[in-house]
Amino acid sequence: MKKAFLHITSALILGSALTACVNTVEQNTPLRSTGDMGVIIERATGQVQIVNHTNKTVLSEVDGLGDLSHASIVYSRDQRYAYVFGRDGGLTKIDILKDKIDNRVIQSGNSIGGAISQDGKLVAVSNYTPGGVKVFDSETLETVAVIDSTILKGKPLNKDGSQVRSKVVGLVDAPNNRFIFSLFDSHEIWVADFSGREAGEEMKLTKFTDIGYFPYDALISPDGRYYIAGLFGEDGMALLDLWHIEKGVTRILSDYGKGDKKLPVYKMPHLEGWAMAGDYAFMPAVGQHKVLVVNTKTWQQVAEIPAHSQPIFVMAQPDNRQIWVNFAYPDNNTIQVFNTETFELVNTLTPGPAVLHMEFTPRGEHVWMSVRDSNEIHVYDTKTQALIKTMPSKSPSGIFFTNRAHQIGL
Amino acid sequence: MKPTSSKPIRKILSLVAIASVAMSQLLMVLPSVAKDTKVDDSLSEDRKQALTHIVKQDCGSCHGMTLKGGLGPALLPENLEGKTVPFLQYTILHGRTSTAMPPWKSLLTEKEALWIAEQLKEGKVAESQH
Repeated sequence: MKKAFLHITSALILGSALTACVNTVEQNTPLRSTGDMGVIIERATGQVQIVNHTNKTVLSEVDGLGDLSHASIVYSRDQRYAYVFGRDGGLTKIDILKDKIDNRVIQSGNSIGGAISQDGKLVAVSNYTPGGVKVFDSETLETVAVIDSTILKGKPLNKDGSQVRSKVVGLVDAPNNRFIFSLFDSHEIWVADFSGREAGEEMKLTKFTDIGYFPYDALISPDGRYYIAGLFGEDGMALLDLWHIEKGVTRILSDYGKGDKKLPVYKMPHLEGWAMAGDYAFMPAVGQHKVLVVNTKTWQQVAEIPAHSQPIFVMAQPDNRQIWVNFAYPDNNTIQVFNTETFELVNTLTPGPAVLHMEFTPRGEHVWMSVRDSNEIHVYDTKTQALIKTMPSKSPSGIFFTNRAHQIGL
Repeated sequence: MKPTSSKPIRKILSLVAIASVAMSQLLMVLPSVAKDTKVDDSLSEDRKQALTHIVKQDCGSCHGMTLKGGLGPALLPENLEGKTVPFLQYTILHGRTSTAMPPWKSLLTEKEALWIAEQLKEGKVAESQH
């Protein structure tokens, strides 16, 4: 009896000593806030870099994320977790405080992107195969809803005998816990409304059909009011005004698209990150060497800005004073900067081969660029356009800073 | 929105589809293009590496970096069954009307497109480390 008591006592002492040790270790690790952090996709190696944009440093690298071509990221509202949407259907939740994968599911065969809900509780992923949207609990990554897209009746069956469904693109989140997305092959826009979920209500699905041929990507305005899909199969864009959803989808910019003088389009422009400055939206022309300027009150084109090549991303600085434009292959070594007031060219930069993506620091003093084929991240001063830092990165593509956590649509 | 113009567009699309099938049939019997699908080795190793890089990274933005498909179809050998090397070469050079596939003839030579078509048929791009 006495012996047993001694054993327990020594175990207790040992235990508390161990706890003390652990506490000391934790106290010695510097606290890390996540508000000035970000994650960079290294697309060829299935890895991501975790970075700090105040110190302009790479903090760590996390691997095992699968096929990251065309990968994108959204953040939890506490800016601790990054949800990485991989091409191979992988959805990975990374803890950027601990530099490790918190959870990972393979949720489809082939996916393209995702969004997080207004309340931060749902993460939605848009899928190519099988076509549709899957919605997950952001904490556990357990499935909350599966929204199958429209069956394509004319297509031969999948190998497993199932019917082919439309690919889903342009998934965004909108106010009132809604997700909006476009169906590429069946020419639709759907709204999935999860606003009644807390009250135990089912998700409500609203479908808009015949919205225009082959919507290939979409964006939502920064205030969450307008959802706009680009069309591949015809000129013009499809607009849904979420303040007046009863009015349905209308067509805007009837001349927007490839028009008559069709140059080959090596990469369709990205619509997400569309620059909206004042009453103007600046958007990439499809297949033409131009940036288009559109009045967002009338949705009429008001000007064209000649550019170096076919634009891919047209992104406004957070202060909207300048737009930064990158270009399609084979001119993707160049960046151009334009003044949003005079539309004048401010500067032409050549960071290097394959500048794929740009991300501004939250208040816009710096812009980070991924230069894929020179395996570098470049940081530029937005005012002087001077290169201020270069960091190594393996085939970098998307750069995502944590301030995205608090932006509608992302 | 009313699909006012959907019928003519569908008609055009199916005509285009028929035309491209016809074109592929034509190419299969055209001896000048199809006589020998083996390329002479005049492409340098450097150029071959560059082409593999283009296929993975730039074609990959639609077809997937591992060529398992995206907005564009998958390009693995099992997906290309029934499609001849000359047909693939033609598609690379001239694109496919009314799809997102652009013509690459201003960026690639016939020989380069032929080499890429062969690599795709043999599944060599996805395996390559470049």
